[in-house]
Amino acid sequence: MATTRTRSLLARIPNPRLFCAGALIMLAVITLIVIGMVWMPYEPTAMSPDRLQGVSAAHLLGTDKMGRDILSRVMYGSRITFLVALGTMAIGAGFGILVGAVTGYYGGIVDEVVMRVTDGLFAFPTVLLALVIVSLFGSSTLNVMWALGIAFVPSFIRVARSEVIRCKHLDYVKNARLMGVRDARVIFVHILPNVSGVIMSNVMIGFNNAVLSEAGLSYLGIGSQPPYASLGQMISEAQEIFFTVPSAVLGPGMVIVLMVLGFSLMGEGLRAAEGRMA
Amino acid sequence: MRYVLKKTATTLATLLVVSLLLFVAFQLISGDPATHILGTGATPERLAALRAELGLDQPLPARYLMWLTAFARGDAGVSYVYHQSVSSLLSAKVPVTFALAAMSFVLMCAIGLPMGIACAKHAGSPIDRAVMVANQIIMAIPPFFAGILISWAFGMGLHLFTPGGYVSYETSVPRFLGYLVFPAVAIALPRAAQLAKLLRGSLLEEAGKNYARTAYSRGNNTNGVLYGHLLKNAFLPALTFLGMSLGTMLAGSLVVERVFNIPGISSILLASIGNRDYPVVLATVMLIAVFIIFVNLLVDILYKVLDPRIDEE
Repeated sequence: MATTRTRSLLARIPNPRLFCAGALIMLAVITLIVIGMVWMPYEPTAMSPDRLQGVSAAHLLGTDKMGRDILSRVMYGSRITFLVALGTMAIGAGFGILVGAVTGYYGGIVDEVVMRVTDGLFAFPTVLLALVIVSLFGSSTLNVMWALGIAFVPSFIRVARSEVIRCKHLDYVKNARLMGVRDARVIFVHILPNVSGVIMSNVMIGFNNAVLSEAGLSYLGIGSQPPYASLGQMISEAQEIFFTVPSAVLGPGMVIVLMVLGFSLMGEGLRAAEGRMA
Repeated sequence: MRYVLKKTATTLATLLVVSLLLFVAFQLISGDPATHILGTGATPERLAALRAELGLDQPLPARYLMWLTAFARGDAGVSYVYHQSVSSLLSAKVPVTFALAAMSFVLMCAIGLPMGIACAKHAGSPIDRAVMVANQIIMAIPPFFAGILISWAFGMGLHLFTPGGYVSYETSVPRFLGYLVFPAVAIALPRAAQLAKLLRGSLLEEAGKNYARTAYSRGNNTNGVLYGHLLKNAFLPALTFLGMSLGTMLAGSLVVERVFNIPGISSILLASIGNRDYPVVLATVMLIAVFIIFVNLLVDILYKVLDPRIDEE
């Protein structure tokens, strides 16, 4: 039973091979993170005299210049990056969808003001906006998450707003309103579930951008503070020992790439096939 | 013309909103500039005198106007930490960052546009599929990681340049540009991949429309339809993307400058964020914001030139 159900679900995916490749990559990354929560080969901050070791059975990704095990640090760092990206999406999508849906539904002067502010903020690159926020409130992992989350709000306001405006004159919404359904219920129970596909694909893209932005910020030394490093910071520290221990850079770098690639391949697999030139 | 005027008005409104938001945010958070400059041990009389000198005894709207007019004249105040004017601190560094961003932008177009057109033309072929998968991977590589890999491969492996051997544009412009090529590639690659994907998709969408079929039926070959009919329409979404890219490239420069040891605004911006040197941070961010907002205006006008149908909604 389960297999036929899975098969019929997979059959509906336009490009199941891409989708499965992405899902497998994502599964591998999440497994690495989950294992890291329960067990790591070494304590990620524990220093040892075995400095700058190459790849070996004892240290699968070698050790850094303080003799810390790189695999353990990658496991810990990918957890930070992943959680920050998840939190960023929760904040950005949460606030953005709420504000966008409500202002789009009611319109008027509030909508106009919100759109001006959104346009202004939207002009900023995410990293820059996050830098401003971090510079005002200080640099910690939690602040980076809030900063990135706020930086992502405008894009979700735009999507939710335009989708709600598109739907609010459709028959099923008019019908619901004629039947006396309250506005809040129209917005959140009638309209939003109908546009969830568009919003979900934006969440997936947003997650990837969040991972890349967090990596960039932590490479610049903003976010989690040493000795607990996130992936970008590990790369920044390991840059000078790249030639002695390449895995110190390649390890965390590959995890970032895979984390982004997994979701983007899944998203690609879900997109309908395109035509071709005649 | 009415369209241009209207867009210019919205641009100015956006500019005002952004500058007001930034100013108020930095005013509320940063605390008293006089204490920052004189230190906490200063006497109340000296603090009051400096406040009057800086115009801090004025109400907030008046201070905003003073700051805005001064900024428009190129005066962005005095750094708390370096005790010299912000404009003198930034003037040597801003051209470097903008040159890097501009070069990344040119490279992105030079790689992304032909690749997108070629992939659309041969859509479905093994080469197209291979390029699309490669693009997906390239998009997942953060520019700073690409930068490290590039400086390893081209700098240490092939000895095409010396990582860290930055040459100032005052010494030699060709060598300055030569050094910037490698970081520019690192910044441009993921955006070029996105651009190629976007243009390919948009071309294929246009190719499915009736006017494309008509163009074929009138005896055009694939190239004739592609370049004569589809490209102009398919380019519109790409134009929006290009406009947004300039901002992304500036942000990318901030990160990649550190990989290649380039003395652009990245180092001073980050140091100022760490030191809570608010005038420097505010001026840098404002400068980038003004640039991006004007680029958006340019994109809007170009859009109108390419597609005269968009008018006052």
